[in-house]
Amino acid sequence: MTDLFFALVVFAVSFAIGDRLIRRVPPMLHTPLMSMTNAISAVVILGALALLATDRAPGQQALIAAAVAAAAFNIVGGFAITGRMLRMFRSEGAAQRSDGA
Amino acid sequence: MSQILHLLLDLSVIAILLGGIQRFNSPVSARFGNRLASLALALGVVLALWRAGTAHPLLLAAATLAGAAVGWRLAMRVTMVQIPAMVAFQHGAGGLAAALVAYVELGVAGQGALDAGRLSGLAGLLIGAATFSGSMIAAAKLSGRVRPTPLILPGHGTATAAVLVVSLVAGTWALRISPEALLVPAALLAAAGGALFAVRIGGADMPVLISFLNATAGLAAAACGIILKDRLLIAFGATVAASGSILTRVMCHAMNRRTAKVFAGHQGEVNWRPFDMFHKAQAAPVDSPPPAAAPAPKPATDPLPAAVAALEAARRIVIVPGYGMALAQAQFNVASLAARWTAIGKSVKFAIHPVAGRMPGHMHVLLAEADVDYDLLHEMDAVNPELGDTDVVLVVGACDVVNPAAVQTEGTPISGMPILEAHLARTVIVCNLDRQPGYSGVANLLYDDPKTILLLGDAQQTTASLLAAFAPQ
Repeated sequence: MTDLFFALVVFAVSFAIGDRLIRRVPPMLHTPLMSMTNAISAVVILGALALLATDRAPGQQALIAAAVAAAAFNIVGGFAITGRMLRMFRSEGAAQRSDGA
Repeated sequence: MSQILHLLLDLSVIAILLGGIQRFNSPVSARFGNRLASLALALGVVLALWRAGTAHPLLLAAATLAGAAVGWRLAMRVTMVQIPAMVAFQHGAGGLAAALVAYVELGVAGQGALDAGRLSGLAGLLIGAATFSGSMIAAAKLSGRVRPTPLILPGHGTATAAVLVVSLVAGTWALRISPEALLVPAALLAAAGGALFAVRIGGADMPVLISFLNATAGLAAAACGIILKDRLLIAFGATVAASGSILTRVMCHAMNRRTAKVFAGHQGEVNWRPFDMFHKAQAAPVDSPPPAAAPAPKPATDPLPAAVAALEAARRIVIVPGYGMALAQAQFNVASLAARWTAIGKSVKFAIHPVAGRMPGHMHVLLAEADVDYDLLHEMDAVNPELGDTDVVLVVGACDVVNPAAVQTEGTPISGMPILEAHLARTVIVCNLDRQPGYSGVANLLYDDPKTILLLGDAQQTTASLLAAFAPQ
């Protein structure tokens, strides 16, 4: 029971902090935010790794491998596309302002 | 002692992740934020391998490389107009991964009491499965492989709810009695429920659906974290769930519709015909409901000179981009027009409605891709007060977001939705395909306003003709 309690505490605190931080993201960055959080949600790869830590039957190996592939697709693809999108944002105006500051 | 060490390591990784998200408040710092977040993921993987090792190193390496290679390739080639479909597809992959992990873990755990861990595992399986199917439907609709108009089956709402309830019951039964036999049907039912849910959501509501799937993918990961007792999974998953839920609420708020109503789906007549759904979307860029009226006859005089004259005389111009601009691939011409006008001393701003495009922030990346200075991109709430002083509003491929019917007429699907008040400007130039209503089916009162100049037709061509009129001497 205490395990569950702590798990829920971790969930609630992370949710609350995440909520706070993400409210400050300007609408202009909502699309890269979504592709980045999508990559983060592929953290489930850690679950697949935990399962692969011990010997598994071939059937299970196949399922876990599929999970790893899907998660890796999300992680690499998600962070890569986010980076690419962020590099598209250019502004002379903003650059001048920060030079002057 | 080592318990404390592991806790500190986990907390450090979580701190790095949160540091990355925190930097997402401007485009420049966000690049570093993205790298920080990816570092947090990488450290999580390193920690997992260090703590527990792996019994199948070759399999792990092969699967990782395969997924990473495909992901990288797709990320480098996708265009911004394809981004919503790609993000939806990725949510699907995330949901699938969570469902598979939960399924194997539940199978390993065998049958037994319904404790919190196993119920969380079931949640991970069912939410992951529903996220997978819902996302795939969303991706298919967004990429045009499936018609974007909402599909309504007989008894749709009841059927969706029933399927999800039966899936939950079957899953719980499976945990108690017979995991091998019943977990798969439960997962398949959840997937069916997710598909039924998504298929009823139409094109313009896609931003809400994608944001919601973002949240459920995170929730599925967190649920897996509970059964696997993995702090990082829970923390990372919860953060993503928070992000998705905020974006979902922001989207609904921007349409002034309650989330529950958006999820109830399109309230229309049953329109299912067997196999009809798989006809490719038509080439025409309009994804609105069937036409309400015959198109108006072509105007006797060419509206282009009047439009050019208004633009030449204008000191302050506001451009309102919409999804139609992206479909016509006119954003590059529009970007050139903005640059041209800025160069000759006019004030140019882009006014972006929160639900323009097919996902939150879609218009912004489309315009950034077309090399528009992001300083020119403004939000609706910031620009609306200035529209009364604006000489020309140029609407390109947008309809509902500037339709005064939203504020002047009661009882329409868009009544009460905040709009960009283009009708307050001195002149309005509309570069839309035709006079057809937008997605909501509500006729656009702006079209009949005497101050409006309609440049109808393919937006890429109409903007090109405007560009020709402003060619440098």
